[in-house]
This record gives sequence, structure tokens and C-alpha cells, in this order.
Amino acid sequence: MQISKIPVVALEQLQNNVFLLKARSKELAEKSSPGQFFNIKVSDSYFPLLRRPFSISNVENDILTFMFDIHGEGTKLLSLKKEGDNIDLIGPLGNGFNLDDDFDTAVIVAGGLGSAPFPLLLNKLSKEKKVKSFVGGRSKPNVITWKLANVNIATDDGSIGFHGNVFQLIKKHENIFTENKCKVFACGPNPMLKALQEYCLANNINCELSTECAMACGFGICQGCPIESSDKKSPYKLVCKDGPVFNAKDILI
Amino acid sequence: MSERIDLSVNIGGLKLKNPVMLASGTVGYGNEISNFTDLSKIGAIVTKSVSLNPRKGNPPQRIVETPSGMLNAIGLANVGLESFINDKIPFLKEVNSTLVCNIAASSIEEYVECTKTLDGEDTIKGFEINVSCPNVKEGGLIFGNDISSVGRITEKVRAVTNKPIIIKLSPNTSNISEFAKVVKDEGGDAVSAINTLVGASFNIWNKKPKINNVTGGLSGPAIKPVAIAKVLEISRKVDIPIIGIGGIMDWKDAVEFMIAGASAFQIGTVNFINPNAGIEIIEGLESYCSQMKIKSISELTASYNLE
Repeated sequence: MQISKIPVVALEQLQNNVFLLKARSKELAEKSSPGQFFNIKVSDSYFPLLRRPFSISNVENDILTFMFDIHGEGTKLLSLKKEGDNIDLIGPLGNGFNLDDDFDTAVIVAGGLGSAPFPLLLNKLSKEKKVKSFVGGRSKPNVITWKLANVNIATDDGSIGFHGNVFQLIKKHENIFTENKCKVFACGPNPMLKALQEYCLANNINCELSTECAMACGFGICQGCPIESSDKKSPYKLVCKDGPVFNAKDILI
Repeated sequence: MSERIDLSVNIGGLKLKNPVMLASGTVGYGNEISNFTDLSKIGAIVTKSVSLNPRKGNPPQRIVETPSGMLNAIGLANVGLESFINDKIPFLKEVNSTLVCNIAASSIEEYVECTKTLDGEDTIKGFEINVSCPNVKEGGLIFGNDISSVGRITEKVRAVTNKPIIIKLSPNTSNISEFAKVVKDEGGDAVSAINTLVGASFNIWNKKPKINNVTGGLSGPAIKPVAIAKVLEISRKVDIPIIGIGGIMDWKDAVEFMIAGASAFQIGTVNFINPNAGIEIIEGLESYCSQMKIKSISELTASYNLE
């Protein structure tokens, strides 16, 4: 956990509104694990004021990749970065996915930009493990399958893949949970995480959820990003410091 | 070699090696931010408001960014007095920085009890009494906007400690200097000004407030001119040391507060973006003093030229 300034090596447009920011740092690349994030300063001034949190999408050698879409002033500025610029970032922050559990099949579930952390997860996953990915989006342009394996797609409008949401699609494939020892890794909108959480808890499936919340600092001092804990003794956990990845049994969504 | 600049300040008996204080609620209890900065070099750390019993704080969403600022409604989430003493003070002892303990309460009795209990802790060098949190239903601004309550709290807390007492004032009033005056009259040693300004923000598409508490406290560069005006007002009307707070992002902002009347200052929101800002400000102040041929930083306080 540190403040660093690292050089941008590329800014690539992955598809319509989705971009990949690639930056070089051997040290940060080595420290980063799947599901963790960096809090990035998008400008050299204090406008906009706050940093923006982005999960680490991939690490290849000494290159870190962040995936983002333009949805405000901050991400617009980020999309203007070019090779040779420096970015100021804090991280790696938070707790990522746990890949050391006893499972033989990783079930990846992503909604929209929720695909972001999974290239690194697959990169770090032992080659003996099987992978099954379920990716959802509103429509074809919102479906991100970058560097994912064994992908099944669902779209709300049916423009590609299954016509429906990603959870409905998983239900159609639910035999994978009985035929394999699965662990679910999910990232996406809250309704998707909630449905998945209920399903996994009811069926005793090991499941980790990457959550999101507005935050300022990203490392626990602003207390701005609480998430309700299932432990009544400590009512809130912090998304930035205790998460952003939580086991499905530990939080209330 | 140039003469060493004296950065030390004395705020109503609270002696600090430099005027940089980290504001309550923006440094937790010191442990997280110590990963990024050398706390032993900072003038003082003001700990997250502690109340008698733990408070879970407000439900999310607690914060939202606004133009040059942010709104927060954390709701004084804190571990409570007992855990503060047992679990947090041991780390803070190791830090080797001057420690000021911020106390929040829902009643005068609670302020008194917290102060009395913490008075015996040698590590704590002073108290900042939060009478101005805008984000809790009880206490907070109900006290902060009432001169007689602020006077009574100061008086009662004064009676149970000899350590310096700083009362943190609300800007959500048109006569802040009258509050500073009552603090002085009732035996308070200093005031800190300002706490956050009450603000709100709506999502125009679903017409809901962007933070769950509806209103929150506005902080950051957006409030700096308001804060400087309040510091100046107190400085011109009341003879009491002032700790300036409000949108300080760098050493230039800090100098401005001192010129307007502050003896020391607190940095808050900037810690979220640059957790090493305090150290950078100390360096900037040294270089400014050297350029301006200022031997002691305290010469800067209320050095404004209104001619």
C-alpha cells in the first residue's frame, strides 16, 4: 500500500465505451492480486477532487491494466491519458479473491464492467482448474468477454446469447454445481450479486462477491464505504479495507 | 547555512512542534494513514470522534463528490470509549506525535464523562470537543447552534480537566465570533473553525438524495473562502487561539489561514487524496518562511494587512 507515480504505456479502446489503461511498474505488478484495486488520481490538479477506484484487470510482466468506461468527468479525463503520461495511484488496496480454496471449477460471473477483475484471476488460477464464465450485459455492446475463458453470454435485450439476465442463464446451467466442486467468483451490479448470493447460500456453494461503493480514500480512514455485515456484533464492514471481495456468507446486500 | 526556522506553536497551552494537525475523522486512529506518511513529523493528530458507546454510523451511501468538495454523512461511526482506550491508544502511543482526542456526545453529561475518563491518559495532550457535527440527530448541531449550550459544555468539561480544551465550532451560524467568545468566557483554551457546512445533492433522474442521510457536511476546497472569513471574524473580535480548518490542500492554503488569524490549522479532506499532504505542507511552510524571512511561524498568525 503506497502512493506511486507510474508511466502510462498505452490507452486502448476495447469496445465502444470501454477502455484499457496500461501502465508500467514492476513493483506494483508483483504486489497485485486479483480482486484488489487502485485508487487513481485522474488529473494533476485537485479537480476533480477525489481519486477514482479501479480494480486491477490484468497484470502481464510489469504492465498493469485497468478497465473502465466513461461515465463522468473523472473517467473522461482518464480516457485522455496517453503513452508517456504518468498516473498517480494508491494501492494495491483491499482484499481480493481467494484462489486457494478447495475447488476444481472456477465459475466466473460478470455483469457489464464487472468483467474487469477476471483476466488477472484467470491468469493466477492454477492450470488444473476448470473455468466456466457467465457474462451479462444490457445489450451486445455492454458484454465484455476480454481474456475470459469458456464464456456463456446473456443480454437483457437478447441481442447476443441468452435472452435474459446472467443469473437466469446460470440457472439453466446449474448442473455444473452438482457435477463439479465449484467456487463462484462474481462482480457486477448489486441485484445480480444479491440473486447469486441467495442462490449460493441456499445451495451451499462457495461464493465470493466483489462489491462496489462510493468511497473517498480507499484505505479505511474516511469511513465512507460501509457494507452491512452478517455478523451482528460488527454491523458494518468497509468495502475498501475489509473488501472489496467478500465471501457471500459475510455480508448483507 | 540559513538559520533554522521555528515552526513550533502554542495553542492555549497545547504545544506543537509545527502547526500542522490532522483533522478528526480524516485519519481514523492513525494506523491506516501511517502506511503513507511519517506521523511523528506531524504537529498533532486529532482522533476520530469518540463517544461513550460505540456508534455504527449512517447506512450507505455516506459520501458524494461535489464541485471542488465532497459531502459526507458518516454519522460519527466510532468504536466507543472503552475500545478506544484498550485497542486504539496503544498504537497511537507508539506514533510519537501529539495526540488530541475529539469527543462527540448526545448530552452534556456524556461530554463530561468521556473527558473525565480520558483525562488520565497521558498520551492525550488535549481535547477537541465536537459540538458541531451536522450528521447526527442528537447532539451535534443542536448544541453547536445554541450559544448557551456551547457555553455550558465548555464550562462542564473545563471542570474535569486541566488539559487544553478546544471547541470545534460550526460555520452554520451567522455569528461565529459570539460562540468563540462564550468558549473563552467559560474557560476554553482555543477554538477550531470550521466544521463542515450543511449541504445536499440530488440525483436528477430518480429525484433521490445522493446520500442516505439527505444532508451531509461539505468539505474540501469549496469551503475554504468561507472558513477563512470565519477565522478572520473570530480573530478580529475575540482574543482566543484559533485552529483553522476548511479545504486546506497545500502549504499556500495553510499560510492563508494563518494570515487570517489561525495559530495552527487542520487538514482533512486532502488526507483522503494525498495521505502524505501534511509532510509536504511542513516542507512548504519552511520554504515560505525562509523566503519571507520569518524566523518563527507564529509571527504569521493574524498578520493580515487590511490597509
